[in-house]
Amino acid sequence: MTTADLLGKLLQVVMGLAVFAAVVGLLIFFIDKAPKRGRDYWQLVGFLAPAMILVVIGLVYPAIRTSILAFQDSSGDFSWDNFIWTFTQPTAIRTLINTIIWVALVPTIATVVGLAYAVFIDRSRGERYYKAILFMPMAISFVGAGIIWKFVYEYRSGDREQIGLLNAIVTAFGGDPVQWLQTDPINTILLIVVMIWIQTGFAMVVLSAAIKGIPTEQIEAAQLDGTNGWQRFTNVTVPGIRGSLVVVLTTISIATLKVFDIVRTMTAGNFNTSVIANEMYTQAFRASEVGRGSALALILFVLVLPIIIYNVNVLRKQREIR
Amino acid sequence: MSSVAPADLPVAKNLGAIESTEIAPTKTGRVKKRLTSRTATVLSLIIAVAWTIPTFGLFISSFRPAELIRTTGWWTIFQNPGFTLDNYRDVLFSTSQSSPQLGAYFVNSIAIALLGTLIPLVFASMAAYAFAWIKFKGANVLFIFVFALQIIPLQMALVPLLQIFSTWLRPMQAWLHDVIPIIPEQNYAPVWLAHAMFGLPLAIFLLHNFISEIPNDVVEAARVDGATHGQIFFRIVLPLAVPAIASFAIFQFLWVWNDLLVALIFSGGTQDVAPLTQRLAELTGTRGQDWQRLTAAAFVSLVVPLIVFFSLQRYFVRGLLAGSTKG
Repeated sequence: MTTADLLGKLLQVVMGLAVFAAVVGLLIFFIDKAPKRGRDYWQLVGFLAPAMILVVIGLVYPAIRTSILAFQDSSGDFSWDNFIWTFTQPTAIRTLINTIIWVALVPTIATVVGLAYAVFIDRSRGERYYKAILFMPMAISFVGAGIIWKFVYEYRSGDREQIGLLNAIVTAFGGDPVQWLQTDPINTILLIVVMIWIQTGFAMVVLSAAIKGIPTEQIEAAQLDGTNGWQRFTNVTVPGIRGSLVVVLTTISIATLKVFDIVRTMTAGNFNTSVIANEMYTQAFRASEVGRGSALALILFVLVLPIIIYNVNVLRKQREIR
Repeated sequence: MSSVAPADLPVAKNLGAIESTEIAPTKTGRVKKRLTSRTATVLSLIIAVAWTIPTFGLFISSFRPAELIRTTGWWTIFQNPGFTLDNYRDVLFSTSQSSPQLGAYFVNSIAIALLGTLIPLVFASMAAYAFAWIKFKGANVLFIFVFALQIIPLQMALVPLLQIFSTWLRPMQAWLHDVIPIIPEQNYAPVWLAHAMFGLPLAIFLLHNFISEIPNDVVEAARVDGATHGQIFFRIVLPLAVPAIASFAIFQFLWVWNDLLVALIFSGGTQDVAPLTQRLAELTGTRGQDWQRLTAAAFVSLVVPLIVFFSLQRYFVRGLLAGSTKG
């Protein structure tokens, strides 16, 4: 990076800020100086227009356009080909299966581990620090997490000393080192581990807060009844946090369906590890198969939709009870 | 459904932050006690250690000489001692063709995150104010529509938006480059705009929740005194909404900082625009064996999120839980 480059970048930021400030300033100016007739209307437009314009250009129109593209062949005629390809080609089917494996494993394991951890550390000394440790992966990028774990899975051939932790453990027990990320199907599982590592902290923080929301009286009553720890957990704690459990499971499911960065960074979808979001990128932006990419995007949308609707319903019911 | 209505998390009241866990000991007479049982202690310790080791290993390695990283495991640091800052010097400042040259990408990450946060924040505050305090027909329908936009995965928007940008924005970028040559033809504008667009629905929703809770009397009093909407917005609503604004700002800043997908599509991938994440992903692909560089490079990109995490934990947790399914 030369000094000129840096100046150019600084200039861009300053100009960006200046243009943005000017736009906002002008808007507010005209909002306050709007003509008396229909003043409310102009004020409304002034406040709403920028956000609405950006959202229509950036989300509404593109989503409609993608839905159309998914049903077009390369010459623009209507066709089912993109979907036929998705559900018949072995590589594409593998992508769908992998996505299902991801969604089956990540939310359940992350939630179970997160819940167990939350219960173990509840009201313990140093709870803050215990929580911070598990939550830290939520702060860093998926790319960073990918590199952290790629180092754990690193492979050295022959008799050279292993520098990856996993292979070092394997060889310490007398096994042969494995090229983890190239070996199907264990590689998909190992990528899933990374996502679990990230999401468990989220589950733990939400569930921990929910556990603290359970009235002490209920727990004390159960104690007086002579229950043991496990009985209290299944009969008092779990029913008490059911709503939060649903939120955690569904939220992590949605995040998992959309997972992209981890796969992109660690294997780029090679060695049979691709998932829908990664395949969408590969097809649309690497292979120039825009139709297939759009079809995959649409499938992703259709998969996410029922989870969110379910989630909304659960919450609405809860609010009615309260 | 933190995906769509984060502020309604059933546990939202208790979520304050990680610190909030030590709640009201006086009220319930709870005294912090040791971990309930020995098994629980051991298990939670095991989990905590297992969660830390991968990051720790990478961190240690980033300070080891290249030769040692290549030949020995980081856990043998005591048998094979060695400490160096060369890795960081190399990835950040070296100008040789083969080195990662992260300095430029670091600047890009900051530039992108700065306006990628500010633009949606300001426009969303304005929209949220309109939804909350300007009465108009169809307000509810329009608000629910914006709220529902959160469920659209980014993937649905990428291809058409890229086409729009290359038709409309590209000529303007070229023109700007002609007028001011030090601004490259590939500039930040598409990435800023994309992040603003994708961030708006969540931002409007979160801020509306907060802004609509401001007591009616406060706003009415100002209106009676003859304040215009612009004045009310800047002098009364914005200052009162600072906690919500802070939570969203931190969330969006980190989201943009950590993003890879939007950068891949809209940045063009050169030193001129691409952020750290994109460079890192590229390095793992092309130079996957250069661990002395990858370890240090990874930590250069992690430093900002970690500082935010440890210094602003309360806001961070709140914002993160609210936006956990964005994308």
